[in-house]
Amino acid sequence: MSEASNDATQEISLNSAGARPLFQLSLMGKVGAGILLFWVIVALVGPYVAPFHPADFVSDDSYGPVSAKYLLGTDYIGRDILSRLLHGARLTMALSFMATVLAFVVGISLGFTAALAGGWVDMVISRIYDAFLSMPTIMLGLVVIAALGSSIPVLIITAGLIYSCGLYRIARALAIEIKVMDFVEAARARGERLPWIISREILPNAVIPLVSEFGLRLVFSILFISGLSFLGLGVQPPTADWGVMVRENLGGLVYGSSAAFVPAAAIASLTIGINLIVDDFSAQRGQEIAEEMI
Amino acid sequence: MWLVVLRRLGLGIITLWVVSLLVFAGTEILPGDVAEAILGQSATPEAVQAIRDQLHLDRPAVVRYADWLTNLLHGDLGISLSANMEISEMISGRFKNTLVLASLTAALAVPLALAMGLAASMFPGGRVDRLVTISTLFLLSVPEFFIAATLVLVFAVHLQWLPAITYMTEYESVWQLMKSLALPILTLTTSVVAHMARMTRAAIINVMTSPYIEMAILKGVPRGRIVLRHALFNAVGPVVNVIALNLAYLVSGVVIVETVFAYPGLAKLMVDAVSRRDMPLVQACAMIFCTAYILFILIADVLAILANPRLRQPK
Repeated sequence: MSEASNDATQEISLNSAGARPLFQLSLMGKVGAGILLFWVIVALVGPYVAPFHPADFVSDDSYGPVSAKYLLGTDYIGRDILSRLLHGARLTMALSFMATVLAFVVGISLGFTAALAGGWVDMVISRIYDAFLSMPTIMLGLVVIAALGSSIPVLIITAGLIYSCGLYRIARALAIEIKVMDFVEAARARGERLPWIISREILPNAVIPLVSEFGLRLVFSILFISGLSFLGLGVQPPTADWGVMVRENLGGLVYGSSAAFVPAAAIASLTIGINLIVDDFSAQRGQEIAEEMI
Repeated sequence: MWLVVLRRLGLGIITLWVVSLLVFAGTEILPGDVAEAILGQSATPEAVQAIRDQLHLDRPAVVRYADWLTNLLHGDLGISLSANMEISEMISGRFKNTLVLASLTAALAVPLALAMGLAASMFPGGRVDRLVTISTLFLLSVPEFFIAATLVLVFAVHLQWLPAITYMTEYESVWQLMKSLALPILTLTTSVVAHMARMTRAAIINVMTSPYIEMAILKGVPRGRIVLRHALFNAVGPVVNVIALNLAYLVSGVVIVETVFAYPGLAKLMVDAVSRRDMPLVQACAMIFCTAYILFILIADVLAILANPRLRQPK
């Protein structure tokens, strides 16, 4: 907590000085940004340029080899892997993106509320989050899915709530630090209301530390949701999703088929790309990448 | 000092109790009617009634929780819905397999991570350091099944050194068992080492910034000697803490790895139980994994208290 608050003061002084540009990526950061941009474009246009329908059995071969017609080969029941990959990009990325946005909205609003309200409100919210953090996230996910079954809303909400924990702590620490600053005191003295103080006085000053958090939580969400899909407990087949594709084609791995490897590598490149940007961003800010991946 | 340790142990027990509440609430109270949820839409009224009886759903949730917790404390894990067997019977062999996997991984990962962390912290920002930080950043970014798929393609398919699937029952020699365990262990090790090495590096570099190290540098002590003789002893506390914390990550790694390699362990059992919605079995497995997780974090904290006199004073 003290570290986070140190960062907060640092950011503020940086901001007011205005000496450094907001964003300046190193080579590794640019590579990461390039990878991310590539996948975002794929997610946007992929379904329109895919050569086949993702659910069509286009070939009689299972685990068909790479060929001019099937650029990445075919999967275990003869569907075109490239087409499924292009279609899956959108779902895989959209799910994790929505989960991260949810985590941000919930975590930050609760964190700011707790910091500003203080007292029992703060205590109740903090204790509830402590309780959730005492379980490994994958266990929490498995228990929720055992109870509710797997559906896309359940996946998004589960991942969103799990990853709001970290954001809650950061947002709360930041807000506690910022709320004693003169400009917030001044706004209070003017008689501004809580929502106004949060959105106009506190949030702009907390933006920079929260940006790299966004990338980090996005990586966690991608790994969490595709992990559950891989276990057969996330997105359900025959939907084209990268985690599902890995699971479906796992059997071909021992025959040397790359059908499971290709979607796994797609996920890996996406998460590496985002982490390169985050790492670059936080290195420039003098922070270590948060080491709390569970 | 012992008071602080004792207090931490007490906190651990409270945490465990809270987790038991969460696990129970998550699997029993959340979905409305558990029996119908388990059976799905095709449920006949008779089947629903049978499950309601078996889970004692006619009684209030608080009473069921109290019973469940009491049985749990007596080592009675209940009866599986899908297999209709005593859960403790189903679990014992599986638990041993997972324990074998986890402890062999730890035996390999801990020294490896220490070596990587030490090598990287020798010259922060140097070539070795950059190699370690970048490669571990890559490894901790990627999903475990990607590491597994890569290792299978390389070692089982192209080089044909190792089998891709683990059979725990049919092996003739220890060597063969080792070979069949090699890929799951390698996968788990790779994913755990990345965190562990990074955090070890950070812990040592943290000590390296203290004035007495600067003094040693100024008087011309060689770098290797500074790290090994001067910094390491003061970093032991944080490093041991880091290692215990990272062993807790094994809990999540093992879930994916056991599924990839069809390894007959507890995590695979739990994943199957979740897809069959076998609630008593899910609860039992979740409690075992969460207990292990809390235990590792508890050990990490206690070791930190023992290693750092400043943490020993009760607040």
